[in-house]
Amino acid sequence: MSSTTNPSPQHTSTIGAIGAPSRRNTELALLVFAVVIPVFAYANVGLAINDQVPAGLLSYGLGLGLMAGVGHLAVRKFAPYADPLLLPLATLLNGIGLVAIWRLDQSKRLQASSTFVEAAPRQLMYSALGVALFVAVVFFLKDHRVLQRYTYISMVGALILLLLPLVPGIGHNVFGARIWIKIPGLGTLQPGEFAKIVLAVFFAGYLMVKRDALALASRRFMGLYLPRGRDLGPIIVVWIISILILVFETDLGTSLLFFGMFVIMLYVATERTSWIVFGLLMSAVGAVGVASFEPHIQTRVQAWLDPMHEFELSRAGVQDGIVHSEQAMQALWAFGSGGTLGTGWGQGNSDLIGFAANSDFILATFGEEIGLAGVMALLLLYALIVERGVRTALAARDPFGKLLAIGLSGAFALQVFVVAGGVMGLIPLTGMTMPFLAYGGSSVIANWALIGILLRISDTARRPAPAPAANPDAEMTQVVRP
Amino acid sequence: MSELTLTVMRLGFLAVLWLFVIVAVQVIRSDLFGTRVTQRGARRETGRPQQAAARQAPPPQRQQSGGRRGGRNTPTKLVVTEGTLTGTTVALQGQTITLGRAHDSTIVLDDDYASSRHARIYPDRDGQWIVEDLGSTNGTYLDRTRLTTPTAISLGAPIRIGKTVIELRK
Repeated sequence: MSSTTNPSPQHTSTIGAIGAPSRRNTELALLVFAVVIPVFAYANVGLAINDQVPAGLLSYGLGLGLMAGVGHLAVRKFAPYADPLLLPLATLLNGIGLVAIWRLDQSKRLQASSTFVEAAPRQLMYSALGVALFVAVVFFLKDHRVLQRYTYISMVGALILLLLPLVPGIGHNVFGARIWIKIPGLGTLQPGEFAKIVLAVFFAGYLMVKRDALALASRRFMGLYLPRGRDLGPIIVVWIISILILVFETDLGTSLLFFGMFVIMLYVATERTSWIVFGLLMSAVGAVGVASFEPHIQTRVQAWLDPMHEFELSRAGVQDGIVHSEQAMQALWAFGSGGTLGTGWGQGNSDLIGFAANSDFILATFGEEIGLAGVMALLLLYALIVERGVRTALAARDPFGKLLAIGLSGAFALQVFVVAGGVMGLIPLTGMTMPFLAYGGSSVIANWALIGILLRISDTARRPAPAPAANPDAEMTQVVRP
Repeated sequence: MSELTLTVMRLGFLAVLWLFVIVAVQVIRSDLFGTRVTQRGARRETGRPQQAAARQAPPPQRQQSGGRRGGRNTPTKLVVTEGTLTGTTVALQGQTITLGRAHDSTIVLDDDYASSRHARIYPDRDGQWIVEDLGSTNGTYLDRTRLTTPTAISLGAPIRIGKTVIELRK
């Protein structure tokens, strides 16, 4: 089928893989690497804290290796052409996160506190559940386009998930944010993490149908294309919902995540810059409006503007009805004391941060113990996951798959930005978890499912096209001119 | 543990972590340059010599498919072999497949020569797959004949809608 004729350059082009290597062996090699690195860190923590190789090294390594192996075999069997990088990247982040959580478990200071529970074994269990869900997604979701049928069911499902924490009885308030639900006998769950994926399905299905109306029917005003009022409806509804989340659940991060994800997908679907301008304006108005009367958010903003003042107030034990937190300042100190190369695993003092050291503030532990060089590498690993997601979206042939992949990777990127930015003091701190690194069952399970869906889309996108059958003479196709 | 060992381990860990990042980027690099850019116009030009050859000696595959007509080989999937959607497959599970530019079609064609509801493919009572033109402007072609009535499709016979070609496969 090869030709010697020179293709004319003015035509648009499509991109396809040569001979379509499945790259499963590359993935396996990277996975071995991704398991060895956390095992090395684990041994390092044990040597630094207790002067001996930790007793659980073998079982920890086997556990992580087993998870990676099961994931790999599932991908090899059910999604053979999927992207080779997503699984190793997620495994590495999950493994390093487990090490950091275990390292904080070893801290004498945290062990002395009354609320101490060993977090690492539970996180290992959650990770195993996450990988199980990942395998289930890859196995049961044979074609991502099936999700398109559930566009409006997804909308209802996402709304229910978001509203669950507000229902009295199952809603559960932890440190000012009402984002947990309590399932009797099973523990607590953060439905917002799952709502992220379900909402992406709804947005993708909705925008695929409506994008032409949103992109083309607009008036030009001051260099911007203003959409019609009726097309503006859905974005306003999403905006109001995210504001409501902010007000009733006092959860700045989730609200930012959902609205940001919608604006990203809207921009990708319509190619209109005006949507980004609108989105930024609306989120600014919403955030400032809510912050002006919600005390919980006000404290967060104050801790962001002047963390030292908050720290002193908290140390002095000022009782003015607002919870002052010393954590924002402590996190900054942790980053500072880490410097460029860090203090080394197990030799930092980030456990001083206290109760949220292994969840919201886990990045501070990394900042102190592996330094700027390590944190940059971690952020690059996240960036690579997002890059693979965007690449999947580019390669996907169907508009629904494109939008879903860009939505999921956009949400992932936003979440990393919101958490890392919050801990480092770039933006006000929000109660969200660093995907895969932080302690939290819902987060790790939901993110494994997200990786599973991305892998499924990339498998469809990278699968080689079946060879065309003999061509019965293309010239016979008659063009009827009106 | 001696200070030296810990320092070596600390730097070693950072080195290994960065090595992983670099290896991952190398994989992406080979992925980037391992892709082939197909010019859409090229297919039309290269098609011609091929078609000339096809006219002289019809490929054996098509003769086979003609022989199979009405046989009990039931197709399990529908494959798009030409056009912008090349490579898309749809599993055949007894459902009706609609083709056209309308958003609710099973296969949404992005093709100037396709009508919004162009054609449909459905199984009849015996499980034989039938293609029917839904009054499209530019017509639906099975092999080389323009469809006027619902027609049974044999395995591997190309159905042509504008620039898109689809066929049924086992």
